[in-house]
Amino acid sequence: MTTATVKIEETAIQDRPILEIKDLAITFTTGAGEFKAVKNAHLSIMPGETVAIVGESGSGKSTTALAAIGLLPGNGRVTGGQILLDGEDIAHASERRMIELRGSHIGMVPQDPMSNLNPVWKIGYQVRETLKANGRPDGPDDVARVLAEAGLPDAHRRARQYPHEFSGGMRQRALIAIGLSCAPKLLIADEPTSALDVTVQRRILDHLEKMTTELGTSVLLITHDLGLAAERADKVVVMYQGNVVEAGPSLELLRNPQHPYTKRLVESAPSLASRRIQSAKEQGVEAADLLVPAAAGRARDEVLQVRNLRKVYKLRQGMGQSTDFAAVDDVSFSVKRGTTTAIVGESGSGKSTVAKMVLRLESPTEGQIIFDGVDTAGLKGKELFTFRRRVQPIFQDPYGSLDPMYNIYRTIEEPLRIHKIGDAASREKKVRELLDQVALPQGTMQRYPNELSGGQRQRVAIARALALDPEVIICDEAVSALDVLVQAQVLNLLTELQSELGLTYLFITHDLAVVRQIADHVCVMEKGKLVETGTTDDVFDAPQQDYTRALLNAIPGASLLLPPAVA
Amino acid sequence: MSNTKHFVAPVEETPLLATDSLRTDQAPLSLWADAWRKLRRRPMFIISSLMILFLLFVAFFPGAFTSVDPNNNCQLSNSEAGPTAGHPFGFTLQGCDVYARVIHGTQASLSVGVLSVLCVLVIGVTLGALAGYYGGWLDAVLARLGDIFFALPLVLGALVITQLPLFRENKSVWTVVFVISMLAWPQMARITRGAVIEVRNADFVTAARSLGVSRFGALVRHVLPNALAPVIVLATLELGVFIVAEATLSFLGIGLPASVMSWGNDISAANASIRTNPSILLYPAGALSITVLSFIMLGDAVRDALDPKSRQR
Amino acid sequence: MTRYIIRRLLQVIPVFLGTTLLVYYMVFALPGDPIAALFGDRQPPQSVIDALRNQYNLDQPFWVQYGLFLKNLFTFNLGVDFTQQPIAATLARIFPVTAMLAVEALIIQAVFGVLFGVFAGLRKGKLFDSTVLVASLVVIAVPTFVLGFVFQLVFGVQLGWARPTVGASANWGNLILPAVVLGLVSFAYVLRLTRTSVIENMNADYVRTATAKGLSRPRVVLAHILRNSMIPVVTYLGANLGGLMGGAIVTEGIFNVPGVGNKLYQAVQRGEGPTVVAIVSVLVLVFVVANLLVDLLYAWLDPRIRYE
Repeated sequence: MTTATVKIEETAIQDRPILEIKDLAITFTTGAGEFKAVKNAHLSIMPGETVAIVGESGSGKSTTALAAIGLLPGNGRVTGGQILLDGEDIAHASERRMIELRGSHIGMVPQDPMSNLNPVWKIGYQVRETLKANGRPDGPDDVARVLAEAGLPDAHRRARQYPHEFSGGMRQRALIAIGLSCAPKLLIADEPTSALDVTVQRRILDHLEKMTTELGTSVLLITHDLGLAAERADKVVVMYQGNVVEAGPSLELLRNPQHPYTKRLVESAPSLASRRIQSAKEQGVEAADLLVPAAAGRARDEVLQVRNLRKVYKLRQGMGQSTDFAAVDDVSFSVKRGTTTAIVGESGSGKSTVAKMVLRLESPTEGQIIFDGVDTAGLKGKELFTFRRRVQPIFQDPYGSLDPMYNIYRTIEEPLRIHKIGDAASREKKVRELLDQVALPQGTMQRYPNELSGGQRQRVAIARALALDPEVIICDEAVSALDVLVQAQVLNLLTELQSELGLTYLFITHDLAVVRQIADHVCVMEKGKLVETGTTDDVFDAPQQDYTRALLNAIPGASLLLPPAVA
Repeated sequence: MSNTKHFVAPVEETPLLATDSLRTDQAPLSLWADAWRKLRRRPMFIISSLMILFLLFVAFFPGAFTSVDPNNNCQLSNSEAGPTAGHPFGFTLQGCDVYARVIHGTQASLSVGVLSVLCVLVIGVTLGALAGYYGGWLDAVLARLGDIFFALPLVLGALVITQLPLFRENKSVWTVVFVISMLAWPQMARITRGAVIEVRNADFVTAARSLGVSRFGALVRHVLPNALAPVIVLATLELGVFIVAEATLSFLGIGLPASVMSWGNDISAANASIRTNPSILLYPAGALSITVLSFIMLGDAVRDALDPKSRQR
Repeated sequence: MTRYIIRRLLQVIPVFLGTTLLVYYMVFALPGDPIAALFGDRQPPQSVIDALRNQYNLDQPFWVQYGLFLKNLFTFNLGVDFTQQPIAATLARIFPVTAMLAVEALIIQAVFGVLFGVFAGLRKGKLFDSTVLVASLVVIAVPTFVLGFVFQLVFGVQLGWARPTVGASANWGNLILPAVVLGLVSFAYVLRLTRTSVIENMNADYVRTATAKGLSRPRVVLAHILRNSMIPVVTYLGANLGGLMGGAIVTEGIFNVPGVGNKLYQAVQRGEGPTVVAIVSVLVLVFVVANLLVDLLYAWLDPRIRYE
């Protein structure tokens, strides 16, 4: 051990923060000039404490955390303030000193489990080199012990596998194992579970909490989810535009937000919301009338009926053999006109396959999809063309759902042109109207998707979907990739549009919190099967199935009993 | 202790912005316009384009640079003579004006390069796009066919093809173009196929399909335009590569016929004088290298500008 | 891994059959008397014509011809050239020379290309990087045969550092100059590819994680940046073996190296069609096998592809 590390251990006193960040400023030099990513950040973490930084993308939360472990990208540097690790200012520490500190004093659990393990080395090797670099015993048993402590069963065998043989949750466990393998005093966890399914997320966070408690490790948790932060952290620090705008004990901050930005965050946090978003028109109307569609001309018929739907894929097993895999297995539900039905499930539940079949982008192996009284399987040519007009999709990835070569005008106009609606002038008028409807300025027309933010792109996608005056819109994870506030905005927009135009939504999502905000009915899917259906209130208040209960419990912040007035 | 305190920053320090507002302070920019803006600023692009424009001018109007007839004015008495007035590069072994031959050789090199790239683009992009987009048997057949051609390196393949009587007796620019295209299209098909596969499952293609765009329509309107970047880069680089290939084949005596003025042929002929008068070899060799360098530089600049990794946001 | 090797071996067979069939078909099955066509204007001795008819079984149906051709190829019964020398014996004599040349060239492009590429990549934007980048473009632009003449002239004739022609005395030392010429263009490509790949990997998430684990810089570079950067480089080296063969024809011609390429070059110059076909078929076989080896190396470098 070096003399420096000895010094730290000697002087570690209980009531001094393990990490204290004071007036931190970080500047990036880009081709376009200097950019201040962090202007004024300050926080302190006491030994054994968990502190969460909450903020939207671009708020500077990850940059602050990376600075604390000396891993700013090459074009970024600390331009002001201090980062005190156990009293030592490491804001400008030498690389040699940082290498000493990393792993043994500061550990890190990164965000994306898919890209943070080197694909060409076995898991065991990647654990072993960590132990070795920090002067710990690194035999096969030590490696297996580290992996086992992070909750990986059969650790000896697992250590001999490559990352691509692991599921996302297992990879994240391996990364946690690596981050905590040398019992650091501080662990930086940067959105450690946001790429994972909710139930997996919960299990892994529980385990992380248990491990850090046992080791006495302090945790700096970076997250965009206020509910998750409040549930897991002792203290919450809210960052906005590179500044810390509010900080305090979690519950206090949640119950009594002071800064307008924090207030806004608390209002929109989906995990804290307890009821469906209502359109401006409907507010004040009794909840029972909520399901009455605004477009009064049509009866409340079942516009979409799905009966015993099954989709079987052949999985190739090499050498010409294949096995059947039922991605969707005997799924039946129906959707009333003018309402929102959510299909909720984790990855691999088959929910997106259902959406593709309803859109007639894939054909079912068995079963029927009846749209407005007609089996869609029989639609051909002209009928199919008309069907396309009446059922429109909105997809998850706002960066992938718009053709980057088309400007916004051409994007929204394309459906009109395909269906030969109107002339050039009337189409332009329609595009302008649609932009108004999704609250985008008319100047957007000449822009290209790469110039828009995720939320704006999703609005364009909504405008394109609305261009043909459809009756049903299939939203496949339409808001999952968006920041909380933007997500709330888009959900509000969807609700407004529904009441204005009498739209029917089929909402595919993994996020029960979103379901709570937008859906009238819920279908819960697990491994291709429908496990529970019912009205949103029934399912949330009295779930019948264990799986549904597990999903509900996994919503971060669900355990925080907030007075309804706040939420 | 600051630990338990509830800290609130003054509001005026971080004024609240409208959520997700649109920035309208910059002119709209399509991807192509963006690439063009990046290109325009690169010195490498400017130099190489100027050089290529100059070369094209030389190829189309050789008469503007020399009035000497490169073929019929050769006098053996001038054999390997040094530079004289009006003949700045001296004379070949046969007593021909080297400068005039270098100028008139431009046309053959550029036309073989450009025509071969056009053929390769037509065949490679069509087959690659269809195979990548539709998959199935077409893809399987094409993949195997590509493997077979891939196992036949350009020079080796050309050696065999040009041994055929049909080619041995009718050598021309077109036979060289045919040989190069036949052996080089699989690579273009491969690149196109890969790019198309990457795009074909994008959400915007699915969205177009659900709008009612036909399967083929989506390929033409949405998939191909988004798959073109690597194709363009490869095509620019291949221009240089094919010019080298033509010269190499001519050098080996299996490319252009001796009657066609070409740098490759001249370098081959100058081989005999390399010890006595190397400059006869160096002038056409220099012209060839500068031409290839121009296209390689252009390709490099275009690649940088079109690289999808550099154009995120 | 075993399954990957087997699958890869099975894939090689159709490729080899297809390629040789293509070559064979073009020469022997297109309309016209193949023997007359093979010689063009030349009038070979009757004994050579008889030997050829016998060698290629031209009185048999096409598929039988092709089958016997393959059988001959695998038993190295490659017939005779115009001077009645058995081609197989000639190949056995000259193949080691070409192998030596190819190995030297491969070392130049692989070792030096990777080395320069790594240093340029790690010092992206610095003087060394920009110099190397521009220089590599120039090297790529000069065709191998031009480079050959220039090097022969400068280093062989004027400076006298190496023998301008190799002739019968082919050994490792004498082959260095032609090997440099042969390897230089690909060296520039390998350098650029390595550089790009290193820069890309330096920004990879797993490299950041490796640093966060407390690994020293050299360890991060060696274990995480270098190893991963080699994957595309190996792919390129494999694909480029064909280019190396083409280049060998030119280089051996210029430096008068008594190797396979030179033999092929002479055969082409003299219009010896049958010799060309025989040698090209052998080279295709070598190329396919070499690519198989590269693929195995690739699978070792990148465990993901073993499990497709």
